[in-house]
Amino acid sequence: MRNLMLAAACLLLAGPAGPVLAEDQPHLTIKNHRFQPERLEVPAGVKFKLMVKNEDDTAEEFESFELNREKIVPPGQEIPVFLGPLDKGEYKFFGDFHQDTAQGVLIAK
Amino acid sequence: MLASLLIVFREVLEAGLIVGIVLAASAGVRGRGTWVAGGIAVGVLGAALVAAFAGALAGALEGVGQEVFTAAILSLAVCMLAWHNGWMAKHGRELAAKMSAVGEAVKLGQKSLLALAVVVAVAVLREGSEVVLFLYGIAVAAKDGPLQLLAGGVIGLALAALVSYLLYRGLLAIPLRHLFTVTNWLIALLAAGMAGQAAALLASADILPSWGPHLWDSSFILRDESWAGSAMHALVGYSARPSGVQLAAYGATLLGLTALTRLAARGRSAARGRSAERPASAVPVPSVPDGS
Repeated sequence: MRNLMLAAACLLLAGPAGPVLAEDQPHLTIKNHRFQPERLEVPAGVKFKLMVKNEDDTAEEFESFELNREKIVPPGQEIPVFLGPLDKGEYKFFGDFHQDTAQGVLIAK
Repeated sequence: MLASLLIVFREVLEAGLIVGIVLAASAGVRGRGTWVAGGIAVGVLGAALVAAFAGALAGALEGVGQEVFTAAILSLAVCMLAWHNGWMAKHGRELAAKMSAVGEAVKLGQKSLLALAVVVAVAVLREGSEVVLFLYGIAVAAKDGPLQLLAGGVIGLALAALVSYLLYRGLLAIPLRHLFTVTNWLIALLAAGMAGQAAALLASADILPSWGPHLWDSSFILRDESWAGSAMHALVGYSARPSGVQLAAYGATLLGLTALTRLAARGRSAARGRSAERPASAVPVPSVPDGS
């Protein structure tokens, strides 16, 4: 009985999502521990996929408290960060491993 | 140096606080040190492996391998914590009674220790892989003065270990008859926080619906990026901008664990009624030799 409940509790974590993704895929590139561009316009009010590419030879972590995201970007790879729907406004993000240089802002319009 | 100190401090603290709770929750059980140390060792090894294969992991499952992997190990930890709390509901009182009667560690509950060791391993693996990637990056980029940065890392590690130790000592200062009540609540909150994070990760990988990307913003009270914020994040799963699904998983886990503990406690009183025929011990409670 108890094990059944445990299993049920763990299964709660599985389930269907209903993604309607925007066609737009904004791109960010990390180079020399900086984001390019450092200010990027993204669509407000829709879900979208932000592609983050790391052209450095060390790992970076794309992180944003305001977007509630934290994701490792291994060297030489491009990874998707699913975002939105965002309210209009500015959202800061940074590279956790090189915070003194890797800083940027998403502008949701 | 300060940057690396802060990063390592934050990551190690998040794992260290969990280790501190686990150590307090298993107070008085013989052999727990070995199990917890084993959990830490497996976690460090796992962290190095995850860091080494970070590229493959990130590229897996169309780019959301990281989220799915982390959510899976967090869910495993949640199940282990739930199991532990169920076990404690059955045996906690007896454990406390034995400890105060004998005044030393008692041999009980190896299975419960295994569950806690898994939790420790998951916590260390999760935070540790980031530390490994970060320090590796420093070692590669020699121009930044790697020794200084590494020194920062070591100091960060030591400070985080110290704070975790202080939490542990603080918990042990709680009188024995209340200790396990407190640690059970801490573990329930810890499990709820982990379940919430797992759900948030799956939502951020677009596998679960987010049910609102952020329900509220309490960053004006406690910011995620502050030290208190990250300590609360590790301990009770605090997030200044939680998503709907994160809150739902949090609430469901907390309710589920409370119900489970009640059920198990009821099972305990039933079992006690049945096994009234063992008066030989000086300890006025029935003893259960294995932790099943």
